[in-house]
Amino acid sequence: MAGAAGPGTGPGAAGGDGDDSLYPIAVLIDELRNEDVQLRLNSIKKLSTIALALGVERTRTELLPFLTDTIYDEDEVLLALAEQLGNFTGLVGGPDFAHCLLPPLESLATVEETVVRDKAVESLRQISQEHTPVALEAHFVPLVKRLASGDWFTSRTSACGLFSVCYPRASNAVKAEIRQHFRSLCSDDTPMVRRAAASKLGEFAKVLELDSVKSEIVPLFTNLASDEQDSVRLLAVEACVSIAQLLSQEDLEALVMPTLRQAAEDKSWRVRYMVADKFSELQKAVGPKITLHDLIPAFQNLLKDCEAEVRAAAAHKVKELCENLPTEGRETIIMNQILPYIKELVSDTNQHVKSALASVIMGLSTILGKENTIEHLLPLFLAQLKDECPEVRLNIISNLDCVNEVIGIRQLSQSLLPAIVELAEDAKWRVRLAIIEYMPLLAGQLVSMCHMLQCIGTVCENLAGEMTSDLFLGSGCVECFTCSACQNLAGIRHCALSPLLPVYAIREAATNNLMKLVQKFGTEWAQNTIVPKVLVMANDPNYLHRMTTLFCINALSEACGQEITTKQMLPIVLKMAGDQVANVRFNVAKSLQKIGPILDTDALQEEVKPVLQKLGQDEDMDVKYFAQEAISAVAQRLRKLDFPVKDSEEPSDPEADKNHFLRPRGPGEDTGKAHRERAARVAPEEAVGAARFRGTDAAKGPAYQLHVNTETHLPNWKLQN
Amino acid sequence: MLVASQALLWGAPRGLPTNFTVSQRSLPLPLCTIDTPPHPALSLPDLHVMYLLHLVELASLGDQPHGRGEFYLFCSPCYPCAGNAAAAWPARPARPLRIASVRGGGACPGHRARPSMGEDTDTRKINHSFLRDHSYVTEADIISTVEFNHTGELLATGDKGGRVVIFQREPESKNAPHSQGEYDVYSTFQSHEPEFDYLKSLEIEEKINKIKWLPQQNAAHSLLSTNDKTIKLWKITERDKRPEGYNLKDEEGKLKDLSTVTSLQVPVLKPMDLMVEVSPRRVFANGHTYHINSISVNSDCETYMSADDLRINLWHLAITDRSFNIVDIKPANMEDLTEVITASEFHPHHCNLFVYSSSKGSLRLCDMRAAALCDKHSKLFEEPEDPSNRSFFSEIISSVSDVKFSHSGRYMLTRDYLTVKVWDLNMEARPIETYQVHDYLRSKLCSLYENDCIFDKFECAWNGSDSVIMTGAYNNFFRMFDRNTKRDVTLEASRESSKPRAVLKPRRVCVGGKRRRDDISVDSLDFTKKILHTAWHPAENIIAIAATNNLYIFQDKVNSEMH
Repeated sequence: MAGAAGPGTGPGAAGGDGDDSLYPIAVLIDELRNEDVQLRLNSIKKLSTIALALGVERTRTELLPFLTDTIYDEDEVLLALAEQLGNFTGLVGGPDFAHCLLPPLESLATVEETVVRDKAVESLRQISQEHTPVALEAHFVPLVKRLASGDWFTSRTSACGLFSVCYPRASNAVKAEIRQHFRSLCSDDTPMVRRAAASKLGEFAKVLELDSVKSEIVPLFTNLASDEQDSVRLLAVEACVSIAQLLSQEDLEALVMPTLRQAAEDKSWRVRYMVADKFSELQKAVGPKITLHDLIPAFQNLLKDCEAEVRAAAAHKVKELCENLPTEGRETIIMNQILPYIKELVSDTNQHVKSALASVIMGLSTILGKENTIEHLLPLFLAQLKDECPEVRLNIISNLDCVNEVIGIRQLSQSLLPAIVELAEDAKWRVRLAIIEYMPLLAGQLVSMCHMLQCIGTVCENLAGEMTSDLFLGSGCVECFTCSACQNLAGIRHCALSPLLPVYAIREAATNNLMKLVQKFGTEWAQNTIVPKVLVMANDPNYLHRMTTLFCINALSEACGQEITTKQMLPIVLKMAGDQVANVRFNVAKSLQKIGPILDTDALQEEVKPVLQKLGQDEDMDVKYFAQEAISAVAQRLRKLDFPVKDSEEPSDPEADKNHFLRPRGPGEDTGKAHRERAARVAPEEAVGAARFRGTDAAKGPAYQLHVNTETHLPNWKLQN
Repeated sequence: MLVASQALLWGAPRGLPTNFTVSQRSLPLPLCTIDTPPHPALSLPDLHVMYLLHLVELASLGDQPHGRGEFYLFCSPCYPCAGNAAAAWPARPARPLRIASVRGGGACPGHRARPSMGEDTDTRKINHSFLRDHSYVTEADIISTVEFNHTGELLATGDKGGRVVIFQREPESKNAPHSQGEYDVYSTFQSHEPEFDYLKSLEIEEKINKIKWLPQQNAAHSLLSTNDKTIKLWKITERDKRPEGYNLKDEEGKLKDLSTVTSLQVPVLKPMDLMVEVSPRRVFANGHTYHINSISVNSDCETYMSADDLRINLWHLAITDRSFNIVDIKPANMEDLTEVITASEFHPHHCNLFVYSSSKGSLRLCDMRAAALCDKHSKLFEEPEDPSNRSFFSEIISSVSDVKFSHSGRYMLTRDYLTVKVWDLNMEARPIETYQVHDYLRSKLCSLYENDCIFDKFECAWNGSDSVIMTGAYNNFFRMFDRNTKRDVTLEASRESSKPRAVLKPRRVCVGGKRRRDDISVDSLDFTKKILHTAWHPAENIIAIAATNNLYIFQDKVNSEMH
């Protein structure tokens, strides 16, 4: 003790050459009381460094007393402190001195901020494990008792979380005392404490001897479950799960079930909600026999509860409940005792209940098997598919695959298709978007079934002409095409042009879809069905649709390949460069940049380049910008393809000069080719770099196309500044 | 994914819907029978024997009522604590504020002398200005709410300037017997600031509409204060220790010579004068479209509700980013709007019950157990209108301006323009008691309508044992009604009549021609002096009356002489 405060005791403590090593620590310590919260927080977070520098002795005698009184601080700082102290055992001298950490944590366990208290309790629990049994009884248990009999409820709530860690290691006499304290907290005056006790009841029950559970915990549980405050009662439901796991079937029936039954019929909907929410856990805890006997009727009541919240929570649990039933006789139970209630829920008045059900109901088909699904569940699915609430329909559609496995798509088809078409027309664009995102999945499911063709064809014909349904018809036609069965189906004319839909997000999703569809069904199909339709849109009076053409081309070009792109798409794109709307024009530039890699060099050089150059001189700034981007991309590509740099145009460029000298002997016509080889051999990258350099230095005269842009951009740039 | 939003949960799964449109079925509500819990027996206040305990006047300083300069707190010598409050100022300093006071004890009780240079002059200034009659009252100083905490040891007032002033009851001391029960300034802070809602082009006043104390959880006190839109949770703590000792500088902040620093020093906490710190803990904003008229803390100690004109929201005290709408009376078409919510309160013991009053004079009791949305009430308390009394003003004067549960939870007290009524929770058809507050105004409604006084929102209060009720009136009068003896009294809160330790004289307003001495005729009532906000100590017969910028604290003689 005496030497502890002196120099050199702790590692890093002041030695002869103190200043250098002391300084950072001194700053940290001083900042423990800095006015800036952030600095205090930093210091607290480095508390272990400070403690290490001070050494174990001074940490115990000086640092900890200071920290104990720091509870005036901001919650944020206290939280960090509580967390730090949980790992401090080593820094105060090991398990033998772990009790030194109790005072600061005790004061932290009484602050009014719940987060801080919880963290302090967590740290205390951690430290309790490091106590020796003797120290536990000498220091830790008294602390718990102090907290449990504290004046303010904050300390009593904190105590609730500490019983279960000290109980198993305490002697019998102390155990009795601990139980006594817990009992009194369970009947505390303030609801806060009763709530804390109720939430720790299950945990405490687990560490108790079985006899004590029966004789003490069960009465407490019964009391809490009939507390006058429903916020306490609902927490008792949670405890019920843990207690039920500990008891035998007979005891369960006698001790717990009456309370549970009562909770399931509680006046307060929040308690019933809790029962519904914990139903699977309860089911597992009480075992199959009681489930059949008690829980199923209770569940039926919850499914027809008057509060929508409760019904929704119960509906969520339908699948889990059914899955966890004993396999033997499961089907009959579901058919007779659950399904009738589910049928009612399908036409529930509350959409949240219906959509909760819709999200799990499909799971029942695997449990019930094909025949029952077709006979009983399918009508429900279909009813839900026609539900007025889009969320319900979506939940059904998104789970289609599990039904598909059981009964096959055929049964669903007739109702599925119209339902999807309807959804695609939904007034909410998010729903339409979701449908489009599901399209590839559905198409994938549908495509394997050739026998569906007839039916799809019929639908296509029926719906031909409806623009929004085009979306679906597109994929419908896909099947038709791949099966080469009904190529002339009327629907083909109205193929996948969902891009016509008015919201950009949808158009974007739809165009992406197009690409996937083309990849799936091949270029021939694309050329015959999609491309013409897309190209027709280029003349649409609505510029958004004209832009859609460009987006589609962006998406399709890669999948369609060079030939189709060059022959069919490129001319249209180039034509659109003269569009009067600037948005279309700069999208032309973007498209050209995008499809550039697919085109061959001749087309690039002869068709694309002039157009881009023209766009580069456009009066619109954005058009110019994107044209410039496209030009540099195209230029790069041209170089990579060994396209000749026109050296004659670049007398001032040294690189070009070199090229000049190294020009092959043959004059004139052959220049291009030879030069191309040269460029490829020598320095394609240098050439690019040179081009860039020239681009930035406009005074050096024309170099490739870039000077045009820089020159015209410069004034703009100045203006902007 | 567009999956149904499941009930948002508060930590432990207590699901409440946010904006469900639930079709509700009406349930026969199993209301618990409410027994009156045993209550500490109180000596019935002799209504005539009230004397002034303490009068406090708030006044902004200087000619700039809204100036926001340095913080001044001129305190009379009786305010050692107020001086400390000024010294320790973690929350935003309040606007320049002067708190002057007259104390029942007359002479200053033994306060700790503080050696301060400027104090004497300050004191003179206060006394001088206090003696003048203030006809001029700054709008910002008008007290807008008064609230005792659960023990009655603290009293908070809020004013139109967004300030909260907290008074603490002096502990009894042997050498100053008269100081017992006197309330001293404990802390002052700026709770709300004027704001501007740019989206709606609306000014949001800083006026404190309501203050509610939270049940005390540890040595610190907490309260909720609200203006029209934003509710704030404040923590009030005392600090009597201060860390001392730096490594790298001395206490004045001068850097030490580094070469002298040879060992590390851990700061040590040393006792110091008591400091009161107020710090904002949470801000509950954006929950209300309309003006918040009341807040109420639930008996479960973890939730509270806030009511505006059309909706009631339920908040968790620890969660600021969401609240649950439990009542919504907004019609689909605002043209169909016929009534608004005027006040609401939680039941004192049953965490699931709350009541709200409407501008049509009805009270609706709701049970949160029955359904997540309480648009359907469980009980409707409404008195059938007397057709003979119907007039143009019927609806306006029947609007309930305040509703308070009795401490026992058995009764509810409502105030409308002319009466206070006591309702039994078990009887919906009519109030069990009705008291006329100022029936003589019935003939003057027309002129009261013209000067807008008819829309004044008077509050009402129970005494600690639920046997006496109190409410305010005009001309700085306030009324008390003894429920057992059916006696009533009119008292006046005025500086002239409130000599320290002098018993208040009952006042009378005469209606007809017969006029007794000291009577006041109806026509000479001053309608600009109104007592809207009153509060009664939860256990003792101490009342706090807010009259414009004056806070009067009265105590009954019987009670004080027992001490």
